[in-house]
Amino acid sequence: MARDSRLGTTRTDHSLGRWIGSVPSIVASIVAMFANGPSIRLLPRLDDDNRFFWTGGKDGVLRFLKCGSCHQLVHPPVPVCPACLGRDLAPEAVSGRGRVHTYTVNHQQWIPGSEPYVIGLVEIVEQPDVRLTTNLVDCESEEGLIGSDVEVTFEQHDEVFLPLFRSVDSSKENNS
Amino acid sequence: MSAGPPLERQAAITGIGQSDVGRRLGRTDIDLTIDACLDAIADAGLTREDIDGLATYPGAGTGMAGFSGPGTPEVQDALRLKLNWHDGGAEGPAQMKAVIAACFAIAVGAARHVLVYRTVTESTAQGEGGRQGIGGSGDGGSGSVPRFSGFLQWTLPFGAVSAANWIALVGQRRVHEFGLTREQLAHVALNGRRNAALNPKAVYRQPMDLDDYLAARMISSPLCLFDCDAPCDGSTALVVSHVDYAADAPHPACHVNAVGTALRGRPSWDQFDDMTTMAARDASASMWERTDLVPSDVDIAQLYDGFSLLTLVWLEALGFCGRGESGAFVDGGSRIALDGQLPLNTAGGQLSAGRLHGFGLLHEACVQLRGDGGERQVPGRHEVAVVANGGGPIAGSLLLTRGSG
Ligand SMILES: [Zn+2]
Repeated sequence: MARDSRLGTTRTDHSLGRWIGSVPSIVASIVAMFANGPSIRLLPRLDDDNRFFWTGGKDGVLRFLKCGSCHQLVHPPVPVCPACLGRDLAPEAVSGRGRVHTYTVNHQQWIPGSEPYVIGLVEIVEQPDVRLTTNLVDCESEEGLIGSDVEVTFEQHDEVFLPLFRSVDSSKENNS
Repeated sequence: MSAGPPLERQAAITGIGQSDVGRRLGRTDIDLTIDACLDAIADAGLTREDIDGLATYPGAGTGMAGFSGPGTPEVQDALRLKLNWHDGGAEGPAQMKAVIAACFAIAVGAARHVLVYRTVTESTAQGEGGRQGIGGSGDGGSGSVPRFSGFLQWTLPFGAVSAANWIALVGQRRVHEFGLTREQLAHVALNGRRNAALNPKAVYRQPMDLDDYLAARMISSPLCLFDCDAPCDGSTALVVSHVDYAADAPHPACHVNAVGTALRGRPSWDQFDDMTTMAARDASASMWERTDLVPSDVDIAQLYDGFSLLTLVWLEALGFCGRGESGAFVDGGSRIALDGQLPLNTAGGQLSAGRLHGFGLLHEACVQLRGDGGERQVPGRHEVAVVANGGGPIAGSLLLTRGSG
């Protein structure tokens, strides 16, 4: 597995099994207190409504449906804007920045072989009422997680790019 | 509210019944269901010829093995019922949906005596394997592994596979926003265990103290093992009758005063506007909008405890304390004890008596209103009870009052 930091993408070698998925926790590049997710990734079934979302990571970009009339982000994807009932919706890139609304550390072996991992609920900065259930990766501590700033990083499984989130390194931000 | 009393007051619970309840009983769901149904019909002073309506939640073939119980066709045919109205299905105001639908059927004259039941055989189905995640069924992926559509596609890839995870997210938000502690949350479980000791049918009756609770393994923080209910086998049934029959029933009827059915926020585990409460807020609000009774009139509360945290959510949603105050409300356990200000989950709840999936709580509300609680009977006044079921985007409630009789 190699991380392409430019794209914020974590790629996984699938040669060991078609559906076993990644074991990103074992080879995480920094010492993390928790695994980056379950031992096996159960994956979405792609269709014409959700494909743009689940494959956006190919370009390193998180996308949501956006209303062409009132500019609301609409999630999960539906063919109508719930705000203005407009029907002109199209995928639109967002910054990939978010804020942790809440989280839980999962310990139960729902998926055998999993080490404790952090499930996060992340608000998208462009529209905080749009949230993603996700994993908080490279997580070193539970301290101060809620309300902290995060950014998307993708983990590839076949054609699916799962949007995961990691803490924004504020010192790096200040230097850039 | 429109003019006149709400139509659910045309309905009253006149009979209650319950099969054996336990771990791995090894009996079929229809077998247990027949026990409960015949028990309820007799308790109502009726025969099967009187039953003209039948309802269940969630209907056959829903969810994991052992979850749904038999559907209405199977029960109708087994008892050769001649029905004017029948209903089964999972969408609606939680498990109470079946009871609420029966009330409405009676109110519009579609039926006079509706048999309502809920059966689980999750303990036998799960065997020794313990609690399962929500697997659901997916398809269309490469290879032999299923892929997932609908809501599950947004959670399963991230290992958020169980309601325990989804509710833990609510719990951790409450820790952050309200300062909820594990020591406070523990009292929902400890109260249940204390009451279960007085319930011969409860599946967990051995004493448990705060140290036992705090030492339990974590499931999904802040929820530990004792915050999760106990899968069991059992069937609960009741007869909902037209209120005209209440005075003729052998036992005091439990009158339906108001139902709570609303869902005004988004019907979603992770997109709801307030992640500290969810649908319980809306169902509760709609229930109080339909009655002149107020929270301080309630003598007994049977509040859903599929996870202990949900009981806290319901306590606030129903107005027994302010938003964020439920941790302090249950702290120490005295307020919610049998002799407390608001006796709660008096048969042990699902955490200790077993996961009869809402209907155990409803059954116990009726037992208490009748004054038949025996050792665990709430002392003093027992005129008004509230039953609330569900978690996340699923919620329904019932306000019951004791009839003279
Ligand atoms: Zn719009």
